[in-house]
Amino acid sequence: MFDPVVVKMLALGFLESLYMTLISSVLAYVIGLPLGIILVVTDNGGIKPAPGLNRVLGSIINLLRSVPFLILLITVIPITRAIVGTSIGPTATIVPLVIGASPFIARLVETSLKEVDKGVIEAAQSMGASNFEIIYKVMLPEARPSLILGAAFSVTTILGYSALTGFVGGGGLGDIAIRYGYYRYQTDIMLITVVLLVIIVQVFQEIGMRIAKLSDKRK
Amino acid sequence: MRTGTSLIQIRGLSKVFQSSSGDVHVLEDINLDIKQGEIFGIIGMSGAGKSTLVRCLNFLEKPTQGTVFFDNQDLSALSLKELYKIRQSMGMIFQQFNLLMQRNVLRNVCFPLEIAGIKKKEAEERAYELLKLVGLSDKAHAYPSQLSGGQKQRVAIARALANNPKVILCDEATSALDPATTQGVLALLKDINNRLGITIVIITHEMSVVEEVCQRVAIIDNKRIAEVGYVKDIFTKPTTDAARRLVFPEGKRVEHFTGNRCCRIVFDGSSSFEPVIANMVLEFRQTVNIIFADTKNIDGKAFGQIVIQLPEDKLMGEKMMAYLRNRGLTVEEVHDFV
Ligand SMILES: Nc1ncnc2c1ncn2[C@@H]1O[C@H](COP(=O)(O)OP(=O)(O)OP(=O)(O)O)[C@@H](O)[C@H]1O
Ligand SMILES: [Mg+2]
Repeated sequence: MFDPVVVKMLALGFLESLYMTLISSVLAYVIGLPLGIILVVTDNGGIKPAPGLNRVLGSIINLLRSVPFLILLITVIPITRAIVGTSIGPTATIVPLVIGASPFIARLVETSLKEVDKGVIEAAQSMGASNFEIIYKVMLPEARPSLILGAAFSVTTILGYSALTGFVGGGGLGDIAIRYGYYRYQTDIMLITVVLLVIIVQVFQEIGMRIAKLSDKRK
Repeated sequence: MRTGTSLIQIRGLSKVFQSSSGDVHVLEDINLDIKQGEIFGIIGMSGAGKSTLVRCLNFLEKPTQGTVFFDNQDLSALSLKELYKIRQSMGMIFQQFNLLMQRNVLRNVCFPLEIAGIKKKEAEERAYELLKLVGLSDKAHAYPSQLSGGQKQRVAIARALANNPKVILCDEATSALDPATTQGVLALLKDINNRLGITIVIITHEMSVVEEVCQRVAIIDNKRIAEVGYVKDIFTKPTTDAARRLVFPEGKRVEHFTGNRCCRIVFDGSSSFEPVIANMVLEFRQTVNIIFADTKNIDGKAFGQIVIQLPEDKLMGEKMMAYLRNRGLTVEEVHDFV
């Protein structure tokens, strides 16, 4: 089983998984972070309450979150084709991953930002800080450790989703596991992919926790 | 201290909060003038609306009715941008300090300067200066979590001073601190008022804080200002029930004093700190019952009050009160109420 072809395939799968996960995470944050900020800011006790917008956005996010990822994966195939031109392979997989991850990232960001002490925000307001300054000078930096932990959690969750996309030819380690383990009963190869996935999860989680801890000045 | 012209004028201010269970009227028709350079106290029981009132002073809370003039500008007439700008000349400190936990002390003090658009280098120089003023130069690179409560409040004071404010608003600034630390923070505020001439508004529920630093005080009770005046006058001759409740010790029920002839002795700092009651007892060879005592020695002067029960003998009681008055103390007989 350690013939060069298999090793090469595993290495490629590993890199594809990393590629999908990281690019998807970045894009999902590009969407989820602002949404999370909007959720907190427009909340009733937020710095710019907007109950209507808050409710609509919250509902859309809940709706997306309640769709099981496998179903989402299949439903968005037409969208993926429209954007990427194909629905198979790692690049195409980024589309459902981003759509699936953005809503829960929005909620994670919301939770982190809500932990920021109201008093500190009030203090900033008393100094004449604008809402924009409060977001990027107070809320985001004060929530940094919690945001970093959330990011580690997001990346590992997205990696898990990416493995699932193997069912629709998404590429990466999940694809290999399903092709060899599920369809050809080559359990050894499947095991190796699982071990590799576990290692990636562990590494990201550990890195996230270390950085969060180092960056937290609250002790 | 240059006092005289009004820095803050509160005019017909009311505040109503809308809640699910209906409107909550918190403040009604508040009118106050806070003068340039004074230390002004606002005192009231918990829930009286003190925090709401102080938050109206910088429009963190918009009054439902009425307005606030700050430095002759009607705050309700300002645009949001102008309001941000004017808030830079109003420092504020809080009970819970409200420092940025992820910024060190230096960068906390730099924060309002950043907001005001001051260049980093200049801001840091100013921050070091301020830390020196509050006696925390050595803590510039510490994080708030590494400081004691008193130190945190000093950082908050330095931060509030950063943009050379005309006023510092203090909302229960010493309520989370122990008595000794409270003294230190109050002394610092007094010093800032003295040296920099900055007007200070102190919100508190503790009469001792007002006694110690304020020149004038407003008593807020049942949504309104019950009494305004010089601390000395209100402390020695409270004219409203609200004032009496605050001046008199908490927990001492009014009934305790009824039936017997009691007298309340006020130490307003004009007499020296001597064992006056003990001396009186020695002089008259007659014991008195001390019902309540809360005095302290500030710079060798006595502050606070003692309530004693006078002897049954009416003449003796009169003599004792005369004796105390001769020592420069304010003495009042308290019968039915308080
Ligand atoms: N946003 C709000 N919505 C509804 N009611 C409020 C709001 N803020 C304050 N209140 C009510 O207004 C009243 C006064 O509150 P405030 O915080 O001003 O009192 P306080 O005098 O500062 O009390 P404390 O000494 O406990 O700090 C309270 O009864 C409170 O429940
Ligand atoms: Mg309060």
